[in-house]
Amino acid sequence: MMQKRLFSLSRVLCYAMTLMFLAASSAQAELLIRVTEGADSAIPLSVVPFSESGSMPTGDKLSSIVQADLAMSGEFRTLPPEKMLSLPSKRSDVYFRDWRMLGQRYVLVGELTRNGDRVKARYELFDVNREERILGETATAPASNVRSLAHHVSDKVYEAITGVPGAFSTKLAYVTLERTNGQARYRLQVSDIDGKRARIRLESKEPIMSPAWSPDGKKLAYVSFETGKPAIYVHELHSGQRTKVADFPGLNSAPSWSLDGQSLLMTLSKDGNAEVYRMDLQTKNTEKLTNHWAIDTEAVWDSSGKGIFFTSDRSGGPQIYYMAKPGAEPRRITFGSRYNARPRPDSKGEYVYYVHQRDGAFLIARTNLKNDEETVLTRTQSDESPSVSPNGRMLIYATKHSGNSVLTVISADGGAAYSLPAAQGAVRDPAWGPIVQ
Amino acid sequence: MKLSAQTKVIALLFSAGLFAGCSTTGENMEEGGYDSDVAPIDQDQGSTVYGGGDQDGISSSSMTEEERMEAQQQAEQEALRDITTFYFDFDTSEIKPEARDVLMAHARYLSNNPGQNVRLEGHGDERGSKEYNLAIGERRADAVQRFLIVNGASRGQMETISYGEEKPAVMGSSESAWAQNRRVELVFE
Repeated sequence: MMQKRLFSLSRVLCYAMTLMFLAASSAQAELLIRVTEGADSAIPLSVVPFSESGSMPTGDKLSSIVQADLAMSGEFRTLPPEKMLSLPSKRSDVYFRDWRMLGQRYVLVGELTRNGDRVKARYELFDVNREERILGETATAPASNVRSLAHHVSDKVYEAITGVPGAFSTKLAYVTLERTNGQARYRLQVSDIDGKRARIRLESKEPIMSPAWSPDGKKLAYVSFETGKPAIYVHELHSGQRTKVADFPGLNSAPSWSLDGQSLLMTLSKDGNAEVYRMDLQTKNTEKLTNHWAIDTEAVWDSSGKGIFFTSDRSGGPQIYYMAKPGAEPRRITFGSRYNARPRPDSKGEYVYYVHQRDGAFLIARTNLKNDEETVLTRTQSDESPSVSPNGRMLIYATKHSGNSVLTVISADGGAAYSLPAAQGAVRDPAWGPIVQ
Repeated sequence: MKLSAQTKVIALLFSAGLFAGCSTTGENMEEGGYDSDVAPIDQDQGSTVYGGGDQDGISSSSMTEEERMEAQQQAEQEALRDITTFYFDFDTSEIKPEARDVLMAHARYLSNNPGQNVRLEGHGDERGSKEYNLAIGERRADAVQRFLIVNGASRGQMETISYGEEKPAVMGSSESAWAQNRRVELVFE
């Protein structure tokens, strides 16, 4: 098994992005962002502040949100506006020689127009070397939703340059935990991927764990101990309606959705010990998919929806296994160390990501499913709960920073990072939502 | 005097009979009751009485000794049962040798008190995967449950729950904190 660390210093550079979870006292809990590391292979790109006609909503400017999104991906190095020689908003004002002089590969320009209660963005992306326009579009959104419009522009720019759909309009689910005077406060929250517009969806004194997005992005399944025992709930986000779907004796844990959203994989111990089951959400019937005296848990469908990755300690310690179809003889995937758990495959079927113990540290690693090559992606100590972005380009996981739980985002090859610490308490259990059309 | 002596003897006989609690004493009482001669009765019954008294004394003192030992044992068992938290090594659910005597005391207590219920709460340390740690916590609680059943407790008295790494006994990320968090707690209800 080949083994390499991706953190040659040349790859990793300098700028810092951190998402901060602020003041959980209000129902609306905001997150801030600060870059911690970017790859030096990052592409130089300028987002020119958009010109504006008509009154615009106060708050963040659309172009600064776009700039932050692209920088956050670790794949772009953005030029601060004060270093720009001009601030063009249409093609005729773009002097490619100036942008070449500034070492820029791409320039995004545009303008915002107010139309009643809506805002229209017209934007163009230029390839500086080829002096070509590679993207030119308009999009509108309610004036109250400039942030969504900005993430949409980021997605389009990202796709035009990389050929991969952007994931800036996706949502993040996570659990915050605050302990005050021995009293725990768990809050299940959903925010934008940059941590903004966080909303509390469930609050409990008892543990909330393992949020999992339905494929349409409309529901979350999770484990809550609110009745004193672990149970699996499905929570419809728009209506807030919740259904308790699994409340068997023993474990009810690790829910994950089928690709069609009709069933959940879950871990139950109702028949003795921890096994993987599939529950049809219509009939609530359960079907046992593993059968072993060992722990079998953390099951998740592969990208094709045919096979299932899961964790089992049938070899003595936890390792990642794969069943080519439900109930098939499992094949062991990981061999690199004595502890590998909590698999999360990407959407293209190229890699599986998991928690990996090495030299006493818990890290995130991935295995290339074509050649079984294992790569350790992180350098921190207590990394867990990896979740891959739906475009397969980024990975979010929970780790410890100065003794507190924070979320960290890295590019999926380990190249760049930003993190999301909590101002008070811990943030954990991140789940990256799907791309919703 | 006579009457009072007789009454005393009868009373003693009666008490002896009570203590002896057998049919022969009843016959003795009958004999004593029919006998009008005080002296021999006094002597005979006296010796019997004294014997009975002695027996009484001896048996009561031997019971006190038993009681004392039992009480001591009970105190020891109770002291053992003060320990309600059991620790485990990383990624294992093996009951440590030093936990066995204590768990046996709990099992005996549960066996003697069938109305007593107990909740076995399994926990793990913060390292590694949360969901796997939930399963490890359950396996630890199950291991303790099996041990208690083998030693006399009944399954119906016990309920297991795993909190995984969610309810640490000790905050922090040190070997010592982790060791104190990998545990099963017995919660008597």
